Amino acid sequence: MSSIIGRNLLAGAEPDPAGDAGHGPDHPPRVGFFTDTSVCIGCKACEVACKEWNAVPEDGLALTGMSYDNTQGLSADSWRHVAFVEQSRPLGPPAPADAADRPVDPAAAPDHSGVDVFALAAGQPAAAGAPDLPARAADSAAGAAPAPPSPDGRTELRWLMSSDVCKHCTHAACLDVCPTGALFRTEFGTVVVQQDICNGCGYCVPACPYGVIGQREQDGRVFKCTLCYDRLGAGMEPACAKACPTESIQFGPLDELRRRAAARVDQLHAAGVPEAALYGADPGDGVGGDGAFFLLLDAPEVYGLPPDPVVTTRDLPAMWRQAGYAAASLLGGLAAVFAACGTHRKGPR
Amino acid sequence: MSRSSVRRDGVHGERPGRQAPGGQGTATTAPLARGRRRGRGGEELMVPGAEFTSYYGRPIIKRPTWRARDIAGYFFLGGLAGAGSVVAAGAGATGRPVMARALKVSSLAAVTGSAAALVHDLGRPARFAHMLRVLRPTSPMSVGSWLLSAYGPAAGAAAVLDLTGRLPRLGRAATGSAALLGSAVAAYTAVLAADTAVPAWHDGYRELPFVFTGSATLAASGMALLASPVGENAPAVAGALLGTAVETAAVVTMERRLGMIAEPYRHGRGGRLMRAATALSAAGAAGAVLRARRSRSAAALSGALLLAASACTRFGVFHAGVASADDPKYTVLPQRERLRRRAEEAAAASTAE
Repeated sequence: MSSIIGRNLLAGAEPDPAGDAGHGPDHPPRVGFFTDTSVCIGCKACEVACKEWNAVPEDGLALTGMSYDNTQGLSADSWRHVAFVEQSRPLGPPAPADAADRPVDPAAAPDHSGVDVFALAAGQPAAAGAPDLPARAADSAAGAAPAPPSPDGRTELRWLMSSDVCKHCTHAACLDVCPTGALFRTEFGTVVVQQDICNGCGYCVPACPYGVIGQREQDGRVFKCTLCYDRLGAGMEPACAKACPTESIQFGPLDELRRRAAARVDQLHAAGVPEAALYGADPGDGVGGDGAFFLLLDAPEVYGLPPDPVVTTRDLPAMWRQAGYAAASLLGGLAAVFAACGTHRKGPR
Repeated sequence: MSRSSVRRDGVHGERPGRQAPGGQGTATTAPLARGRRRGRGGEELMVPGAEFTSYYGRPIIKRPTWRARDIAGYFFLGGLAGAGSVVAAGAGATGRPVMARALKVSSLAAVTGSAAALVHDLGRPARFAHMLRVLRPTSPMSVGSWLLSAYGPAAGAAAVLDLTGRLPRLGRAATGSAALLGSAVAAYTAVLAADTAVPAWHDGYRELPFVFTGSATLAASGMALLASPVGENAPAVAGALLGTAVETAAVVTMERRLGMIAEPYRHGRGGRLMRAATALSAAGAAGAVLRARRSRSAAALSGALLLAASACTRFGVFHAGVASADDPKYTVLPQRERLRRRAEEAAAASTAE
């Protein structure tokens, strides 16, 4: 363990967070998740396995209208969350992720938004161009009506599915701001809440740049993914990774996962998926790299992830400095006021 | 359960912001920066809208679990107590015993109220003592807990010893330490708010401490005007002017620097409260300057207005923060902008080589 004196432990690359947290030199290697969303099938086995293993209570039965996503997001009662994103984009060579606002080549991405699928299903000729979409219909090549779905039933719909989870950041804002020490860094480099210490102050909840950790209302305490700390201790992989049927969720030592992820990105790029990109894998990013990182096929915000998260405590020294100036100016300002007003003498002047 | 139904002609019933459109999640157009208003009710100049994408319009970060009454109330009471102790020390040192005693008592009451609000806001109030389990410089809440546990007894001793008239030397020491610690209590709450991922709080971290100390000065001056005789009022009037000036300048600077993230401070609930705070502090300061040296009731009224102004600022900042956490655009757009600038800088650096 290298000395922690004189190093910036609030931001930047940190190769050994567990060691810096005080775990001895023989602590196990840092582990994490690599979630490869290109093979996620949205089965939600991870959500179920997590709930089962960790005895996470049910969190409401709402039909949200958000595709097949009724979990909605990570919370105290959802430690895995499978996002479903529906896009009308072709599966073939796609446009770069940042080109959403560029005019789409009509030949590359036929627009079926005007097709009445109910009419198609009933065997009637499809009426092209819904009245509310005249501009898009006119944009199509030479004003021709967009082609109906091909005979094999395939449309240009693209589904992105991604199983979200706590990122177990290298610089974890939740852990940094916890006033009780309930959140701690484990010997595996993960971040876990000690449930017998948490007093429900809720400070970690708005501190998380990913919106992961949440407060359980009836209970008052906060809960999040533990990366199955209990299973890790017994030499087992976390329940979600164990249950994942497509190995979209891969568990292992972080170094190995990063190598594997880089190889997978190269493979996808070679296979004609240029938009495949890693999210949270860079140790130089705003949170020092995530313990749980992702391979995404679109911009992070499409999946509900922040595009450039920064641990809030990176700016804490500057914050304390500003507060020091403010406190000093409060003292100085009021002292000046009293000095200017002088000593009060009783009686009429 | 869903209250919507799907029929041939579309989706019926309401799921606001939850519809699943095709395309790139939910694309929303939002102005990146807002032009100045040209006169009252004039047209707002919009910079061409920046496209941003989100996951069905859902927030990216979680809104604070804190209750406004408890935590914004604590911001107000903590400021009133902290700056009040400074004013009490000044009043005591310059021969204004009534003002000094009144502010010592009000600071004791306010810090007691603060502690009650903080404990009440805990998910597990019975575990409030866990706050003093560790001391953590990276956690403003931990630092604040220790600060309050030092400041509370000091403020209490100052008030009790002044009221009973016993141990005058210890009383002066308590008054002095309460003043020093009080200034920290008034300022640190800004760090408490800023050290989160909430855009309107975090990105305002440079000015927020001055907003809070200015607001605390207003509150303490208001309490002094409310509670002390007209003859002792002069520093309270000057303090009201100082507080108004500091707070107004800090809020203006912060909103200018925040760009589009300043919207929650101008619109909605946060905006209404911030405008109310400006109006109340202006009225209170004007009343203090014009009438408070002559009329006891005018002084009291001005004091009450200033206290209300301080409370409005704290609740305004609180609600603006919550609004900025609830809308993903305040998280996505500034981060996208940051990435774009970084990419530009990298491109410029590579062409320079």
